[in-house]
Amino acid sequence: MAGEAELRLRERLAKLRSLSLPGGTRLTDELERLERQLERMTQEPSGEEIWRSVELARHQDRPYTLDYVSRIFDDFLELHGDRGRADDAAIVAGLARLDGRTVAIVGQQKGRDIKERTSRNFGMPYPEGYRKAIRTMELADRFGFPLFTFVDTPGAYPGVAAEQHGQGGAIARSQATMVRLGVPTVATVIGEGGSGGAIAIAVADRVLMSENAIYSVISPEGCASILWRDASQAQKAAAAFKPDAAHCLELGVIDAIVPEPPGGAQTDPDEAARLLGGSLREALGELEGVPQDELRRRRRAKFRALGVFA
Amino acid sequence: MSEARIDVSIEHKNAPEPEGKRHPNTCPACASHYRDEELDASLWVCPHCGHHFPMRAQARIASIADEGTFVEESADVRSEDPLDFFDLRPYTERLAEAEMSTGLGEAIVTGQAAIDGHACELAVMDFKFMGGSMGSAVGEKFSRACDSAAERGVALVSVSASGGARMQEGILALMQLPKTVCAVEELHEAKQPLVSVLAHPTTGGVLASFATLGDVIVAEPGALMSFAGPRVVQQTTREKLPDDFGLAESNLRFGHIDAVVPRPELKRYLTQVLRLFADGR
Repeated sequence: MAGEAELRLRERLAKLRSLSLPGGTRLTDELERLERQLERMTQEPSGEEIWRSVELARHQDRPYTLDYVSRIFDDFLELHGDRGRADDAAIVAGLARLDGRTVAIVGQQKGRDIKERTSRNFGMPYPEGYRKAIRTMELADRFGFPLFTFVDTPGAYPGVAAEQHGQGGAIARSQATMVRLGVPTVATVIGEGGSGGAIAIAVADRVLMSENAIYSVISPEGCASILWRDASQAQKAAAAFKPDAAHCLELGVIDAIVPEPPGGAQTDPDEAARLLGGSLREALGELEGVPQDELRRRRRAKFRALGVFA
Repeated sequence: MSEARIDVSIEHKNAPEPEGKRHPNTCPACASHYRDEELDASLWVCPHCGHHFPMRAQARIASIADEGTFVEESADVRSEDPLDFFDLRPYTERLAEAEMSTGLGEAIVTGQAAIDGHACELAVMDFKFMGGSMGSAVGEKFSRACDSAAERGVALVSVSASGGARMQEGILALMQLPKTVCAVEELHEAKQPLVSVLAHPTTGGVLASFATLGDVIVAEPGALMSFAGPRVVQQTTREKLPDDFGLAESNLRFGHIDAVVPRPELKRYLTQVLRLFADGR
């Protein structure tokens, strides 16, 4: 099955190599990216492995945003409210310190027990949550704090009030805010990266993804019920749209995969946090010293280049 | 039993009736019948009750651009199949079929035009091409339209009609949200406005990206504009949906759009907007 895709990649590689454009720095990046993809082709995950990621990404003992924040950062100060209407507990935001330096944090938060799950709406934000995210991002920008976001949501909440309060517009404006920021930004998909609700806080300079996280345009169940007209075909749907980290890396959607302890992050949250902390520091290190305009320019160029068309 | 509470008429208002059951040009609101040329002459608005039928991209362009001014751009951009996607049928087959049945290369048509003498860029979606879904090709064409408008120093007028991101392109379809958002940012950096017109339906990923980033946003009467569709909301929440759930009129009331503009008045409205922005520069 990899045969044809591999051939296409090789064709593109050959075409790119034969072009000798002046100042082709983006071309070099593209070449490197394609070569990396080619390497990964041989170890492409199977449908069963993809489904295992779906299950692990949703595992009830998997570390959530605040589990990571308390282990990786110091001095966390949570900020509440969108300054307009409400405080949405499905998104946490605040300030903290990483290696002695103040940073801003935004992430979706799921609940551990029934009560907390309900109060956090299963990690599905309302527009108010995205507006809290936006105000925290703007605060970070104002004071030069690097921004770390943590994505873990089945999706933005599909409810009547959420629509009345402008869910679509809030997601669009959260993305637009991230595009404009003049501070280094690192997003990590730590669990479920569910569609628009996820990308709203993931338009970052570096996008990381935990080894067993998923990142997708629609839930496997949603896709199955639309295309197969049968939600129980979710496993088949997941195998078809490939939401796993390896495929996201191959498609250029993420920059790196954060390793998890053997068996998944839920087996050893401390070790999972240590590994994620290392990846966050490394990602931030690559961005430090880059001028604001250059950060914005590169961020836009990166997202503008995403997509495959003829 | 909860089925009965879903108002599917909202979602399916403009969907064609099954073949052999009812003529496609039957008004779903008042059941009047029309010939194609009659509807075409009335801009696909029912002369009896004002119901807005879906409008094809070419007809839309003809209805708002000055005659002979539209010059299509990026017409050669086509979708690929990055995931070798196969559900009940291969994605490539669905694409080929959409091309055949619509005569379009993709779900969006972009190009230069003038509206009552005001030079502008147009990006018009066509719901008939795979439900107006946004994949890589739609994202690329929309983004290039932003670039073209920025380079020429003119406004971009977009007309959206879309069920959302194109599932068959997986995560790359989701990435068209930030991609088009970046393109709008670049348009704004060039001090040019985006005027966003929402036709029925504009939902999901298109609503959650460029369509709601317009400097002026208007919708057609009765157009559904919601992030999640009524069926998904009903099934998830078990809430009874308001009769006007997600419709243009309720979005106006909640402050999400600037106006509900009937199709026969759209060109005049756009002319006024373009004039005001042009005079400020």
